[in-house]
Amino acid sequence: MTNTPVLDIRDYRLNFNTFDGVYHALDGVNLSVGKGESLGIVGETGCGKSVTVRNVLGLLPSPPAEVISGEILYNGLDMLKVTPEQMKKIRGIEIAMIFQDPMTYLNPVFTIGTQMTDVILAHQKALAKGEKKSRKEARAHAVDMLRKVHLPNPETQIDRYPHELSGGMRQRVLIAMALSGSPKLLIADEPTTALDVTIQAQILDLIAELVDDMGLSVILITHDLGVVAKICDNVAVMYAGQVVEYGTIEEVFGRPKHPYTEGLLKSIPHPGRPPEELFGIPGFLPNLLNPPVGCRFQARCSKAMEICGTPAPNRNNAAHDRTVLCHLYSEGFDDA
Amino acid sequence: MLETRDLSVGFKINSGGKKAVLMAVNKVNLNIRKGDALGLVGESGSGKSTVGRTILHLNKSTGGSVIFDGQDITSLNRTDEKILRRRAQMVFQDPHSALNPRMTILRSVAEPLILHTKLRGPELREKVGTLLEIVGLQKQFLYRYPHELSGGQKQRVCIARAIALNPELLVLDEPTSALDVSVQAQILEFLKSIQKELDLTYLFISHNLAVIRYVCNRVAVMYLGQIVEQGETEDVFNNPKHPYTKALLEAVPLPEPGQPRRGKPLVGDIPSPLDLPRGCFFNTRCEKAMAGICDSRSVPNYLVENNRAVRCFLYNKDLQLEQA
Repeated sequence: MTNTPVLDIRDYRLNFNTFDGVYHALDGVNLSVGKGESLGIVGETGCGKSVTVRNVLGLLPSPPAEVISGEILYNGLDMLKVTPEQMKKIRGIEIAMIFQDPMTYLNPVFTIGTQMTDVILAHQKALAKGEKKSRKEARAHAVDMLRKVHLPNPETQIDRYPHELSGGMRQRVLIAMALSGSPKLLIADEPTTALDVTIQAQILDLIAELVDDMGLSVILITHDLGVVAKICDNVAVMYAGQVVEYGTIEEVFGRPKHPYTEGLLKSIPHPGRPPEELFGIPGFLPNLLNPPVGCRFQARCSKAMEICGTPAPNRNNAAHDRTVLCHLYSEGFDDA
Repeated sequence: MLETRDLSVGFKINSGGKKAVLMAVNKVNLNIRKGDALGLVGESGSGKSTVGRTILHLNKSTGGSVIFDGQDITSLNRTDEKILRRRAQMVFQDPHSALNPRMTILRSVAEPLILHTKLRGPELREKVGTLLEIVGLQKQFLYRYPHELSGGQKQRVCIARAIALNPELLVLDEPTSALDVSVQAQILEFLKSIQKELDLTYLFISHNLAVIRYVCNRVAVMYLGQIVEQGETEDVFNNPKHPYTKALLEAVPLPEPGQPRRGKPLVGDIPSPLDLPRGCFFNTRCEKAMAGICDSRSVPNYLVENNRAVRCFLYNKDLQLEQA
């Protein structure tokens, strides 16, 4: 780490207790984001990328979720142990979150303005610092935030209902709402997946701009490797509830080490180059109700060895701040 | 082999008590030769799926015509429609909803064979088994139900069903959008190989430019119901002519580190198809829009080099002289 982490997830294990048995959703996840850094988490459906960050803000109902071990440290405070009272002072004020489908997270029967001022006033109440903002001041703050996310004509748009806005504009509103409490950390869960590419490009530019302006730390979750490469410093590749590879974008995308990362990169057709042969990854995700012993990728891995039936060592190359979860590197590795 | 001439589709809708017509497809001219894979690309609401559905008579057209193998198929009676279905089939985006959850895979794939051929009993089972083999599934899948299959497997079943009658044309509507990338790669490889083996012609609809570039030899770019650019895939990707095609290509983030900053992203949203801009539909977002021209006159198609059509005034030689 170049600087002290804002958020540090350590050896995080989480199960879901279902009627079919215990679903081992996360198995020893280690991640951290430094101040002003942006971390991308990529992986395919069901790899646990969303589940990993949900509990940072206590958003997973328990039961069925059950934390087995680990801690999520936000500036030293374990988010898995905070009281509801403490959580109120963190949600939206220290850490904010935006989601994939902006329409689902806006209430269709209230105007944008009402919803934004409610959020701003709730932050005020949670902090309960001396003077309170009036609704009018809160509204002015909301207009400022909308201007910051480049929503055209914020003074009039604020009185609109969500259905009157386009998908891209709704996502801008959600970002404005999330940032209205001036958080230090923004968690974005597939923020552009529901949008068209030309609109996606606008929103990604906006996020990158806000990160610079406000000195935000960002965790961006996506299945689109292109999106991560565009705006993140570091990337964590997840597979079946584990982080299999972590490092800077240059390292991981330029010199992938883990066979899964390699396979993933060879699976995507490149929009900027004439077609080359594609290699899918044969087989399926393991059933996490009964996960395989040892490496979770072994059944689909072209380089699987006998030793893969035992848990893979997590190799750390401190010099490059890079980890790979794979027996191939049990002797360690150096980045040449 | 397949041609559309000024194909238009309008949907009558009721907006706020007022009746209006939404022009989903606006005078589209496509020309697909035998053995081609034509990619139809565009953002949501551009009308690309409607084109595919209209060609196969899943929507009614409101203007223009569709010519299939020299024959006008714009309006067909039920018997002729049945013959068309033998020769042209469709694969849909979401394999979960395209398969009946109460039918075994055998029953689903056998459905077109039962309707169109006299195959029954063991012969039918054998034929379905062979089809599954072609798409890379073992015979043990015959008696399974869709919920027992993964997304990629279900899409393979849908493709098996579509090729059951040896069609000449396949319309593929976002066939890999619901799949993960590692599975998408398998399906794309496979679609490419059966195209050669079975001598198929594809109309491949997708919003994903990389996927189109991978599968198709020709591409048509749609915006608000119109085709704005059409040409050989590599030509269009290496040297896009229409400002919208350029912006679209630049908007795709590349999966590699250290991307140079490319052009500015397009400003603004896609206009509502109920309230189309005057003149060129793209002029409200176009950097190169020329006042007095693009916002008032409707744009014809200009033929520029090597079989390439672009719907943009920038390629009108007379206008360029005027400007100079």
